[in-house]
Amino acid sequence: MKQENAVFDQVLKASPEEFIKTWVSEVAATGSVSGSAQNDARELFAAIQANIASDADLNRIDGDAWARTRSVLAALSQSRAAQGASAGDTNHFVMSIKKPLFDALQKDLGADARGALQAVWLASTLIDKLAQFTATTYQRSREDVIQRQQQELLELSTPVVKLWEGVLAVPMIGTLDSSRTQLVMESLLTRIVETGSELAIIDITGVPTVDTLVAQHLLKTVTAIRLMGADCIISGIRPQIAQTIVHLGIDLQGIVTKATLADALQLAMKKAGFVITRNKA
Amino acid sequence: MERIPILKMGRVLLVTIQVDLQDQVALGLQDDLSARIEQTGANGVLIDISALEIVDSFVGRMLASISGIATVLDATTVVVGMQPAVAITLVELGLSLEGVRTALNVERGMAMLAVDDRNRIDD
Amino acid sequence: MSLLGERDIVMCRQMVRRLTQQIKFTLVDQTKMITAASELSRNTVVYGGGGEMRWEIVAQGIRTGLRLWFEDKGPGIPDIGLALTDGWTSGSGMGVGLSGSRRLVNEFEIRTVVGEGTCVTITRWK
Repeated sequence: MKQENAVFDQVLKASPEEFIKTWVSEVAATGSVSGSAQNDARELFAAIQANIASDADLNRIDGDAWARTRSVLAALSQSRAAQGASAGDTNHFVMSIKKPLFDALQKDLGADARGALQAVWLASTLIDKLAQFTATTYQRSREDVIQRQQQELLELSTPVVKLWEGVLAVPMIGTLDSSRTQLVMESLLTRIVETGSELAIIDITGVPTVDTLVAQHLLKTVTAIRLMGADCIISGIRPQIAQTIVHLGIDLQGIVTKATLADALQLAMKKAGFVITRNKA
Repeated sequence: MERIPILKMGRVLLVTIQVDLQDQVALGLQDDLSARIEQTGANGVLIDISALEIVDSFVGRMLASISGIATVLDATTVVVGMQPAVAITLVELGLSLEGVRTALNVERGMAMLAVDDRNRIDD
Repeated sequence: MSLLGERDIVMCRQMVRRLTQQIKFTLVDQTKMITAASELSRNTVVYGGGGEMRWEIVAQGIRTGLRLWFEDKGPGIPDIGLALTDGWTSGSGMGVGLSGSRRLVNEFEIRTVVGEGTCVTITRWK
């Protein structure tokens, strides 16, 4: 084992339980502490000790030698992120190792001033790097959570509903961008196959503006529907939108359009061969 | 070389494509179908692509060709079962498969061909 | 992998399917990437006189992606601009493959020298 590693190894082996106790109280004293702090500390302690004992380079934490510690830190920040803990808390947890570590180093190397200074410096930079790694992983986890939530929100805002036997409808709400269109296409087409519906009504009442780009997205969706063997009606065309479409010279390529969803449904039923009669009251 | 089997059901020729088509096999299918249409005097061709996960421009062109050739031989072609991912990709690729009729599944496809057949008899 | 004959186009599709599944692309993204690879590998075999495909799983910050290179020592493409405009109406040819594939991927790069060869690089991010 390298000289510097040996120093740390000795210090960590001395009294682990007390080390961990000091660590957790430091976390609690200077910030908020989570219920699992004790167990987290034990696990992280064990990983760091193991890696140091296997002669990991104390100057850098990338590489296989530190793999175990990195994986514990990653798991830690992921679970903290999922629980909604702040980045500061997780960082704080790792940084708090410094207290028991410096205390122990001082006790062990008290007499040797230069040696102590060097060890403390090494310890400090090592813990900083570990904390930095934790912060980055935390960041990544939060971004994953946010992305997943965004996706769910997107899916929720464009539900595909079955209006009648063989007739599906999608109320589009909000701006139609390419990722939105992609999502609508995927869910609508899948539902078409699943239900064997030959008619899809896309209602754009909730779409604020229709420009060439939006029209392109709509046309792509309709083309895909037709390629699969179904057809499409676009409803919710407000007068202003109708004007814009004409102004921009957008070619709707024979897609039937209706002003309201009700009109579209009526047409769809007729196409599907249904006749509606009302019983005398 | 592998050949895709062609089944005959009444006046309709049924083809189910289940493998990742090598270019030559696709061309072979085109030849075989043309010959069979002529031989049997079939007036409908149903191509089931529900198992096809990839349709690129070559396969797309093959489908369009078959459709065209069949029309010349007085038969109607319907392609059925296109997967959503395939449809989305084809649109992005820019292939509109103009002139190729499609239906959601074999049942609908056969119904489409039957209607066509009835119209034909009325001529 | 080498792209010399028709069978290799099929192998290429299968290879790209394995890779995209490995990276866990969505089904639609898988389909787009495999279709683009099919187009470009066919171009390499049919118009480039044979060549090879290389692949690499790439990472940029947090996201992961797949990058494919299609390289041949064929005649090269004299007019890229023309080749990249939609060649569908003109029927067969490499035009559809090139312009179509470009729309199926996130990054598209083409280097070609007449008489020396062509290299098309495509990337799709997760």
